[in-house]
Amino acid sequence: MPDAHTPTAAPGSTCPHCRRPVAHGVRECRFCGADLELRPRAGAPHGLRARVRDLRDAYAFITPNALGFLAFTLLPVLAALVLSFTDWDAVRPLTSWREVRALWVGGSHYADILGFHRDESGALKPNDERFWQYAYNTAFLMLGIPIGMVLSLLAALLLNQKLRGVVLFRTVFFLPSICAAVAVAMLWRWLYNPEFGLINDVLRALHLVTPGSGGLLNAPLEAVGLKQPGEPLKWLTHVSLAKPALILMGLWAAIGGQNCILYLAGLQGIPQEFYEAAEIDGAGWWHKLRYITWPMLAPTTFFILVMSIIYGFQSGFVGIHMLTRGGPAGATTNLLYYIYTEAFESFKMGRAAALSMILFVIVFTLTLLNWKFGRKGAEYA
Amino acid sequence: MSAALKASKAHKRRLTLLGKGLSYLVLTLAGFTFLLPLAWMLSTSLKPKGAVFAYPPQWIPTAIRTPATSRHGEPVRKLDVHWDNYPKAWNALRLRRPWLAIDLQFRIPLGDRALQIGPVHFGGFHLRSAFTAFYLNSIIVAVCVTVGQVFTSSLAAYAFARLRFPGRDKLFLGYLGTLMVPYVVTMIPVFILLRLMHLVDTYAALILPAMFSAYGTFMLRQFFLTIPTELEDAARIDGCGKWGIYANVILPLSKPALATLTTFVFLNNWNSFMWPLIVISSPEKRTLPLGLYAFMGQYGTEWTLLMAASLMVLLPVLIVFLLGQRYFVRGIVLSGLKG
Repeated sequence: MPDAHTPTAAPGSTCPHCRRPVAHGVRECRFCGADLELRPRAGAPHGLRARVRDLRDAYAFITPNALGFLAFTLLPVLAALVLSFTDWDAVRPLTSWREVRALWVGGSHYADILGFHRDESGALKPNDERFWQYAYNTAFLMLGIPIGMVLSLLAALLLNQKLRGVVLFRTVFFLPSICAAVAVAMLWRWLYNPEFGLINDVLRALHLVTPGSGGLLNAPLEAVGLKQPGEPLKWLTHVSLAKPALILMGLWAAIGGQNCILYLAGLQGIPQEFYEAAEIDGAGWWHKLRYITWPMLAPTTFFILVMSIIYGFQSGFVGIHMLTRGGPAGATTNLLYYIYTEAFESFKMGRAAALSMILFVIVFTLTLLNWKFGRKGAEYA
Repeated sequence: MSAALKASKAHKRRLTLLGKGLSYLVLTLAGFTFLLPLAWMLSTSLKPKGAVFAYPPQWIPTAIRTPATSRHGEPVRKLDVHWDNYPKAWNALRLRRPWLAIDLQFRIPLGDRALQIGPVHFGGFHLRSAFTAFYLNSIIVAVCVTVGQVFTSSLAAYAFARLRFPGRDKLFLGYLGTLMVPYVVTMIPVFILLRLMHLVDTYAALILPAMFSAYGTFMLRQFFLTIPTELEDAARIDGCGKWGIYANVILPLSKPALATLTTFVFLNNWNSFMWPLIVISSPEKRTLPLGLYAFMGQYGTEWTLLMAASLMVLLPVLIVFLLGQRYFVRGIVLSGLKG
């Protein structure tokens, strides 16, 4: 049986969905993915029975996944929205609308989290100081993203050379990123151990930081309060050291991972002729990097940056839970960990749902920005 | 002219040689930085208990074996490698309750009658070591999730890529939209849903929510779209229905994409920590990461055992990675460039 469908895209037509021009003969819009195929040609053997059979088959294929999708993604998102307007404590029954209404608190969670009030002296104070502290922590922990991206790019540049044994290096670089986060956290707990950990041992062996006197960096570190005299560096229990410690662990695991591979793929997509042309014009390595590699990688860089930020809002749980439990004094609690503790340690499900919706809005906005501007970058390449 | 060209070429070669040497130097240094912590993990896991507190740090401690003396009457120092840390760590946690015990009785009221399921009773197995249970749990969960997700995703992806039904593109757009929903948003309602279904603290709580993924569907659909339709037309002429085409044409041609998704899903699930932490409370139902976490709770300062246990958790992942590295890397590129 010949294919009963013909491509719509006649020469010079536009996508009916996003109105951008599409090439002749394609089946799918390359901008929005809309289906460009027409209905069956008139006279094609497509009776009612065939159509019913087609429909039945299609639903048979889609149903298992769609049901799970409905039950575990779509409905939960809506449920989270409803839940964020209630004061559910994970104990009282919540199976009917009446029970939901009994727990209804309206938008008070949102006001409580995001709002401000005036205290006795008339100064503006946030209702939930912890939320803003944890939002700051989340942003601080994301400082690892630009550092990691630069190092990932460097690693990709190194790995992209035609060198013997480069595959071995690629494997080694990639190794930390596939290790179970729990095992990685356990390892770094040991490395960061103030008395016997390898990091402090190395600093001591290099005469940089010592528990007693004699370390080169002892005096400045003590002056800014990062270290107490006579004590080792307390990586995970010092308010100002705990966040950098978590970032460092994240960097170790991430540099050779996903981003590096994306950069490698980006590098391999740059046509070699560009470099040859630049060499004829007498360009050195810096000029080639600055005027060919970097602009050609711009879409990749943008993609990695946005995805890392989106991911950054949702990651770090294992490290925080195993290394610091959000402490000291909440210094390493990010928004994700805040939601976890509110929901599953304090059992304030409604409040946690409201927090998760706020996170959702942030991530959603970023994703939209990515779609809007990321596409431009892709076209530029 | 020719001499000048030759000189410039030699100069260039020397430059590239220098560049190569520098590259190797940096690569080696970076490689060491990545490997050092892991090597330290291995080293710690093989040390005697007291040696971890030594300063300066020892990579492989030596110990005096008293009975043996050298010809000069000095005590012989031998490498002190404690392989027994591994069985020690493995056997450190015990299970009080049997593993895989089933005690099921379910009554679903249906009007004036009721649907009775069970009672199903199975005594389970008495395992000596909790880590055996953790391993088996992790394998059960990861295999079920992987098979389930690859199967349901490939079915849906085929429908999205090739079949025509009303609302297809809208539904697909909905799938795409949920890719950006942070999992914390769905976490709480899914937990409630599982509680309503009395599934909290069961394997089903670990398997069911992870079995359906928009990401897998999306990735496979993109791959299926690249398969030429002529092959399907040929199969159709030979009398294949849609199921026949799916099973005999699409799936065999998509082996690389399926392998990629399989590696991805398996590793992600194997390493997953947060969700098991939320839904699992019985020690005999813990997966490996959760078991390792519990192990830390009890043996918080026994670093040799902790490192041995961590390496035991990492080992299967490393093996899967080294076998499926190609597919894993491709998965990242696929998801990255088209996501």
